[in-house]
Amino acid sequence: MSNPLGLLALPRLTPRVFHVWQRNRDVFVKTYRVNFLPPFLEPILYLLSLGFGVGSFIPEIAGVSYPEFIAPALISITIMNAGFFECTYASYVRMYYQKTYDAIIATPLTIDEVIVGEILWGATRALINTTIMLPVLFLFGVVDLPWAILVIPFAFVAGLLFASIGMCFTALTPGIDTLNLPTFLFITPMFLFSGTFFPLSLLPAPVQYLAVGLLPLTHVVTVIRSLTLGVPATMLPFSLLWLAVATVLLFLFSVNLMKRRLVV
Amino acid sequence: MTPVIEATGLTKRFGDFTAVDHVSFRVEPGEVFGFLGPNGAGKTTTMRMIQCVSPKTEGSLRVFGMEVEGREAEIKSQIGVVPQENNLDPDFTVYQNLLVYSRYFDLPRPEAEAVIEELLTFVELTEKRDTPIEKLSGGMKRRLILARALVNRPRLLILDEPTVGLDPQARHLIWERLREIRNRGNTIVLTTHYLEEAERLCDRLVIMDRGGILVEGPPRELVKQHAGTHVVEADDTPQVRACLDRLGARYEPMGEILQAYTDTPRDVTRALVGECQLGHVAARPATLEDVFLRLTGRKLRE
Ligand SMILES: Nc1ncnc2c1ncn2[C@@H]1O[C@H](COP(=O)(O)OP(=O)(O)OP(=O)(O)O)[C@@H](O)[C@H]1O
Ligand SMILES: [Mg+2]
Repeated sequence: MSNPLGLLALPRLTPRVFHVWQRNRDVFVKTYRVNFLPPFLEPILYLLSLGFGVGSFIPEIAGVSYPEFIAPALISITIMNAGFFECTYASYVRMYYQKTYDAIIATPLTIDEVIVGEILWGATRALINTTIMLPVLFLFGVVDLPWAILVIPFAFVAGLLFASIGMCFTALTPGIDTLNLPTFLFITPMFLFSGTFFPLSLLPAPVQYLAVGLLPLTHVVTVIRSLTLGVPATMLPFSLLWLAVATVLLFLFSVNLMKRRLVV
Repeated sequence: MTPVIEATGLTKRFGDFTAVDHVSFRVEPGEVFGFLGPNGAGKTTTMRMIQCVSPKTEGSLRVFGMEVEGREAEIKSQIGVVPQENNLDPDFTVYQNLLVYSRYFDLPRPEAEAVIEELLTFVELTEKRDTPIEKLSGGMKRRLILARALVNRPRLLILDEPTVGLDPQARHLIWERLREIRNRGNTIVLTTHYLEEAERLCDRLVIMDRGGILVEGPPRELVKQHAGTHVVEADDTPQVRACLDRLGARYEPMGEILQAYTDTPRDVTRALVGECQLGHVAARPATLEDVFLRLTGRKLRE
């Protein structure tokens, strides 16, 4: 506890990490019907109501049509939700109610490997949902190929970040109800104020700094918008760097916080 | 031969609270070794240290001759665990539970499938292979957990209250299976609150209380040493006490009655009925329960 650097300790991993991922994949495949529908329907609903509905009052925004402007935000939000919710509520249920982690650590797997497997799975969910969404958005003519293809591998990396953030909260939360706090105080504001549905530049300067400094979704939207429009944003290199640093740090934090919680 | 488990001064603290306090014991290859003790005695905590899921605070703990720290994965790959709390995977069926678990041990798929067939037969769950976990009875769950603990063909099987909440049939089936496992040369460590279970299964056992080990030995010897061969029970009255004192018998009050521990029940009974003119007297063979209650007291644990 007294050593803050303990939060940055590297996890000890073996290929067995993959078995945790496999377990979650097997459950996902068992219930694929319910799993595939939301990422397919959600962009259609948002595009129709916000993009083409509200958007009909907006002739152009930052040089593109409103549906084109929000399409990358919809992908980014999907990635955020997939990674974050998989590693908060779903992981908490597995850890606390189903005792799945207890069962797994009685085998050669370590707690490090369980947590990393969970985070990799959270990132995979982000990747799967993005892969389902992208063709839908393409059919609506709101993403630009071929650059938009790169959104798929990027979804995994951004998924890692949000899964790690989720896992940090899971490690710290006293119970499942208190997971509502990060959802309302962190995820919802991010959903609204990360340059998602209107440009960041419309916000007062201090809020802009906050969004750029602290909200990961801002940078994810920047990267994905650059890809789906095929035009790199000025902030793109900075966003990539910010995401790389944040992902590594939060990944390490999450594993070590979880160890503090579970190794007793 | 190297002991399967060797603990010396093994200690576990949770903050200021000492849950396991300098215990030492050895479990030899091929034996069934029991941990008895009231609630909170430290049995599960000890099991979890042996399973390498809970780090010890102090002392030395060797499993298969290896000091556990740093060798966890290697040790865990040769252990099978039946935990006190059921933790089957509710997202899967009976068969899938075993298959998914076998992957954690890196068992190749064909080998896993063969082992699982064998184990389903062994615990008599072949018909339930495609049943979801929530549809199993308590006894079936326990049997499935036993099967799951065996998928990696462990050298050491650790069972934390394996038969808790089971009916007599299910309990007997588990006992039967544990004997078979033992007869194949495996080592078994178990905890239990059923003293009859311990008496039947264990070659040796320890009784723990408040984190420490009170006594250790084969069940029969513990009974003989701490309770004699028989217990004579009579109403707790001053006359009976006087009479027993005159006979020089060891006795203890247990609620409304007095229990006298003796190797010569006939003499004591005859004395009580004949010389002391008392009605309610009963003699019975001493059991592990008498030892347990004598050593750990009657008071309910928090
Ligand atoms: N993670 C923990 N944090 C704090 N105290 C704990 C923890 N785990 C166990 N204890 C305490 O350690 C003591 C021993 O617990 P343990 O579970 O080992 O008992 P037990 O002998 O298995 O009891 P039972 O027969 O009820 O299962 C108890 O007082 C318990 O409250
Ligand atoms: Mg216990």
